[in-house]
Amino acid sequence: MKKSLLTMVAVVLCLCMFAGCSTDAPSGGGTQTDAETASNEVFKIGATGPLTGGAAIYGIAAKQGAELAAAEINALGGLQFEINYQDDEHDAEKAVNAYNALQDWGMQIFLSSVTSTPAVATAVEAFEDRVFGLTPSASSTAVLEGNDNIYQMCFADPNQGSATAQYVADNYPEAVVAVIYKNDDVYSKGVYDTFAAAAKELELNIVSETTFTEDSQQDFSVQIADAQNAGADFVFLPMYYQPASLIFAQANAVGYNPTYFGIDGMDGILTLEGFDTSLAEGVMLLTPFSADAQDDKTVNFVTKYQEQYGETPNQFAADGYDCVYAIYEAIQSSDGAITVDMEAPAICEELIAIFNGGFSFDGVTGAGMTWNENGEVSKSPTAVVIQDGVYVGVK
Amino acid sequence: MRALSNQKLRKSLYAYAIVIIGYAVIQVLANGGGLSSAFEGQLVPICAYVVMALSLNLTVGVMGDLSLGHAGFMSVGAFSGAVACIALENMIPVPALRLTASIAVGAVCAGCAGVIIGIPVLRLKGDYLAIVTLAFGEIIKNIITCFYVGQDNRGLRFGFLTSINDLNLGDGARTIIDGPMGLRSVPKLSSFTAGFILILVTLAIILNLVNSRSGRAIMALRDNRIAAESVGIPAAKYKLMAFVTSAALAGAAGTLYVLNFSTTVASKFNFNTSILILLFVVLGGLGNMWGSIVAAALLTVLPEMLRQFNNYRMLVYAIVLILVMLATNNSSVRTLVGKMKEAAALVFKKRGTGR
Repeated sequence: MKKSLLTMVAVVLCLCMFAGCSTDAPSGGGTQTDAETASNEVFKIGATGPLTGGAAIYGIAAKQGAELAAAEINALGGLQFEINYQDDEHDAEKAVNAYNALQDWGMQIFLSSVTSTPAVATAVEAFEDRVFGLTPSASSTAVLEGNDNIYQMCFADPNQGSATAQYVADNYPEAVVAVIYKNDDVYSKGVYDTFAAAAKELELNIVSETTFTEDSQQDFSVQIADAQNAGADFVFLPMYYQPASLIFAQANAVGYNPTYFGIDGMDGILTLEGFDTSLAEGVMLLTPFSADAQDDKTVNFVTKYQEQYGETPNQFAADGYDCVYAIYEAIQSSDGAITVDMEAPAICEELIAIFNGGFSFDGVTGAGMTWNENGEVSKSPTAVVIQDGVYVGVK
Repeated sequence: MRALSNQKLRKSLYAYAIVIIGYAVIQVLANGGGLSSAFEGQLVPICAYVVMALSLNLTVGVMGDLSLGHAGFMSVGAFSGAVACIALENMIPVPALRLTASIAVGAVCAGCAGVIIGIPVLRLKGDYLAIVTLAFGEIIKNIITCFYVGQDNRGLRFGFLTSINDLNLGDGARTIIDGPMGLRSVPKLSSFTAGFILILVTLAIILNLVNSRSGRAIMALRDNRIAAESVGIPAAKYKLMAFVTSAALAGAAGTLYVLNFSTTVASKFNFNTSILILLFVVLGGLGNMWGSIVAAALLTVLPEMLRQFNNYRMLVYAIVLILVMLATNNSSVRTLVGKMKEAAALVFKKRGTGR
């Protein structure tokens, strides 16, 4: 009885597998022939990002930004790009699987991964396979360590932490600071560590440092009470926007209204469903992109993005958009040295030479961006503050 | 009695045959270039999950106790094995030997964790054991999140609840475990062949245990604890034996898994991973080793095969699971399978006598 049940499971699963294979085979073959014919026309740009799960908002934003840029570039009629975003669920194992799927697809240039942990895993694979990688938003330094062909479009975590400490020291030297960070998260802990180190040097007055984890990010009463009792009038929140939204609501409920300061992960809070944006009033964050900037590039990007997707682009979308344009301009500046029929390793060496050779790029997340040989970008962050539910640049 | 032992033998043979045939087929395909790199990249994780499923089957299927913290042992094995691998870099330059040593260290550490958890916990029954193992998995995850290990010329340095900068690493500094950021720059030593050998070793250990005097004692305790104890079977001893074996094998699987990726974070081995492995065991059949192997392999590959469905992937995955469960409980399908099996048994017998 039991055995027959087990056999059944096995048989059905086998059938599923064959079903998967049989549907896979023609489509796989199809894409291959497509690849052969198409490889003479388009650059195949692959990327992985969390399109499902808790971090999906970043992956989807970066994907939409990249696709918008590719559509614009393709409309110009010159170089043609094809973007393929694969879901990595914000998990290293899945990201490597996604990367391998992209390799099967015939990826020539890699937009790396959107979030840090998957990006570290895929960076090593891309390094071994010699595929050029330009990540929109994986900000951990571990992504770049030891990989000469991986570049970042965003600030590295240490820069965010020290830039925030510097900003606070310059503008609010009297501030009494509290920090709440997530100590099981690469991004949050990474920013906190450098913030703490820079704050020590700058002699900032930090009175409260409290932590939370993935499992305890529902209730912040302890952390808020600690900051409140210590008399902090300035709370630094190096974290993504979901826990931050809860902190705003819970602090407001106990009548604690300090000045909040976030980092680029805070971006997205205004589009969070069911969030009362009035709670985020006065929140400051350091971000290279603000959707209300008046320069032509930003206006064009924001309008088109809104038309296409019906929402205001956040910084991740802008980073994705810039990544594709940076690669486009780099290929153009190669004067024909990079062609669509080249293999990934050959393109990789050319692009490394360009990015290290004084290539400068003006995008929506900054002007005159350059990259050093480690792959770090140099651009200046701007502080924005949320007023009446929109980002406004701080004068 | 003889029929029974024949049946057992046949089941064991099935398990070995599946693994060996699977390995041979994949090797042939890989050499012929018939494998996609997406599938090739999954081979080591599949091996690790198969070992995980086999080892959990020992606890859940053979011993009959529900464990919800199996990923915790995997985590212990993963992190200790990776630290050992990096620490032994100069001492054992041969990759294959270093991999073996690392897996041994991972297995021993996870086994020790198994003893620590097992001694108090195995005195509990049923739901209580499930709850305690669940808590264990979470505790391990949170401890490793606060754990820092670095290496410099003077050797390994450990820290807890600090930061990597507080370890005061000297010359030749290298970060190994960086708290929430997990393992850094782990050498990729695992290979499909190593995974294959580990599966065979696991199978040999488990099947020998199950078919031994101790194994019969363990199963007697599962079927009727009071009756078993009344004939003088020491419950605590035998249960601990099965539990620790299971934990050590999970640790070995963890090391194999982690040495396939350059980075791994502690939160990877969370409750969801424990449940995923339990799912392999339940779908494969409690106590059925070859079922676990097939279920673990297929359910690891399945989500990747469904990539073409994009955002509906998870939905399709869930539907497939439900369909499988429904199909296995459908009587007409079962009769059909029964007939197929009879035919298969005939062929098997003929071949047996033919030899």
